Amino acid sequence: MRMAHMTESNVTENEVMASQPDVDVADPVDTAAAATGVAVDLPEQQLTELGATVGEVRCADPYVVAENVNVHYGDNHAIQNVTLEISKKEVIALIGPSGCGKSTFLRCLNRMNDSIESARVTGRITLGGQDIYSKEFDPVALRARVGMVFQKPNPFPKSIYDNVAYGPRIHGLANDRAELDDIVHNSLERAGLLKEVKDRLDEPGTGLSGGQQQRLCIARTIAVNPEVILMDEPCSALDPIATARIEDLMDELSEDYAIVIVTHSMQQAARVSKRVAYFHLGLLVEVDETDTIFTNPRHKLTEDYITGRIG
Amino acid sequence: MLSSIETRKRVEAGLARRHRRERLFKFSGMLATTVGVVFLGVFFLDLFAKGSSAFVQTHLRLDVEFSADVIAPGGELDIAYADFDGLVRSALRAEFPEVTGRGDRRELYRIVSSSAGYQMQDMIRQDAELLGARQAIWFPAASTVDMYIKGNIDATLDESLRPMSDQQIAWVESLRERGHLETHFNRALFSNGDSRDPELAGIKGALMGSFYMLIVTVVLAFPIGVAAAIYLEEFAPRSRWSDLIEVNINNLAAVPSIVFGLLGLAVFINWMGIPRSAPLVGGLVLSLLTLPVIIIASRAAIKAVPPSIREAALGLGASQMQVVFHHVLPLALPGMLTGTIIGMSRALGESAPLLMIGMVAFIVDVPGGFSDPATALPVQIYLWADSPERAFAERTSAAIIVLLGFLLLMNLAAVIIRKRMEKKW
Repeated sequence: MRMAHMTESNVTENEVMASQPDVDVADPVDTAAAATGVAVDLPEQQLTELGATVGEVRCADPYVVAENVNVHYGDNHAIQNVTLEISKKEVIALIGPSGCGKSTFLRCLNRMNDSIESARVTGRITLGGQDIYSKEFDPVALRARVGMVFQKPNPFPKSIYDNVAYGPRIHGLANDRAELDDIVHNSLERAGLLKEVKDRLDEPGTGLSGGQQQRLCIARTIAVNPEVILMDEPCSALDPIATARIEDLMDELSEDYAIVIVTHSMQQAARVSKRVAYFHLGLLVEVDETDTIFTNPRHKLTEDYITGRIG
Repeated sequence: MLSSIETRKRVEAGLARRHRRERLFKFSGMLATTVGVVFLGVFFLDLFAKGSSAFVQTHLRLDVEFSADVIAPGGELDIAYADFDGLVRSALRAEFPEVTGRGDRRELYRIVSSSAGYQMQDMIRQDAELLGARQAIWFPAASTVDMYIKGNIDATLDESLRPMSDQQIAWVESLRERGHLETHFNRALFSNGDSRDPELAGIKGALMGSFYMLIVTVVLAFPIGVAAAIYLEEFAPRSRWSDLIEVNINNLAAVPSIVFGLLGLAVFINWMGIPRSAPLVGGLVLSLLTLPVIIIASRAAIKAVPPSIREAALGLGASQMQVVFHHVLPLALPGMLTGTIIGMSRALGESAPLLMIGMVAFIVDVPGGFSDPATALPVQIYLWADSPERAFAERTSAAIIVLLGFLLLMNLAAVIIRKRMEKKW
């Protein structure tokens, strides 16, 4: 009952939006998308349809809830009225052509956009019912609960041990050295890296291979014991073997964490995620179960994208 | 659309021209480098040719008697008022018994440095046992003798045109033949303060003055500069104010240094009442001078820290302060230190602002603290370069060599710090 009502209000919202479609088209933001010629080729009527997200943005047992999120970078309207629910133990993949706003949306979920001065986020994002953009919510506490793995492996230029121990140290998670050792070992173990590095924990993390570095970053993230892990194209700089390892890892981690992954690889989305959200020009076009999206997309744009006609 | 053959033809037609341009560019680059190196080489050669002789000093050996009649007239030592100069003179007379006329003797006395008496005084003060002893002592020769020995006085010139008479030259030559005249390492250059007599003038006073000033400068300018850079780069919101501050810092770096000297005179000496000529006030002025340099270098070093490191720390829940102190600073520190050392070497070589705050005074005593009157190495160079005595010319070059040595050391330290501390990722 509640869901039905919400969906309805969503539609009215989107209708309001649709009355000013000039923003989406004229926006020079999306140079990448514009370069593919999509914006030009799109029939007028379809653009107005863009406002409404098709599929199912709601889920059972939602934990992270984004309601009508808009992000502006200065004059640039990067994300428009995105509503999406993410449940506690699922992997959801955000896909879409370059510059479609999927990374921007991801960075809203742990307020990484705060560090960009021109960024302005409106709407409401809740984590376990608390509004993360409210004044009382400290971004430091938020980021301890919502971890992030970046596109390029970015270990600190410190030892492997210190890389993993950094989060627990700053948050005071360990009472003594033995506890810290435990956390570091467990995190490395869960990230599938312990076997490879256990004899050289004091060597610099930057000396590892790309795939190992990325797993080190994942270990570093889970050492803080977050509730949600955001991954921004975590495999784009890795070779297929390292990618496969990370994907296996995501599978295991999804038993304990909600994982939101941005990816350019549709195969990857198909392999790792339970649900898929398709973004286009700052709009959330379609959300559904992974199987449904890839076998039976409802929106024309989604279909074009997954069949390779866009992007 | 061109045919592939036509494309290849056009590419090949242009190749010769491209290669020619490349060769020309390489050649002009090499030419520019060579010109620079040649100028530098000429400068150094000239400096060393002129200055290296200042590191040795002519000394002459005299048999002096620590005569008890003169030093302890009533059986009691009278070091302060005893006529040590007279003892030196009688030793000279004994060396040349044939010189009898008053005028001739006066001329004879001038071949030994006026410090000879003081040297004897110091010796007896340290060892009272010397009383009554007869001893051979090496005294520094007068600067004219020194110049003659080093070949800077042309004996073939007419007597009236040179600072040494024929007689004096003959005495010096006779001393040389007897082995009573040698050149020794010029200890006075490094152990004395300034003096009107070139053979006694040293750079220790100036060195210590520069040293105290640099201490003040580094203690003030490094923390303030780094703190300002961190605030401006990491915490200050981008606004018209921060832009204004940035432009002004860049402008300050280009302000002529004498203006800072005037500011120091007005603010530190006239208003705050800090004693003039003191290393403290010099250090304050030099801090103002180097602050913009340190801030600019530190900001550049902070900017060079890859944003991915910041994001990684932020993403783990580090606060802004933790990001800066745990990650940005350690990576930026080598750059900051390099900038600071380069700023310091600029401060070390600066003379103009010191002229405005009284550090150009003639100061004989070696300063013992931050508020003692002092001068600085570059100012000492300026003072000596201005002195008429021929012997000061080589000392000027020697002081420049010492200053360049310190600059070289500091810049070397900057390079080593950068190499050592630089982390790779």
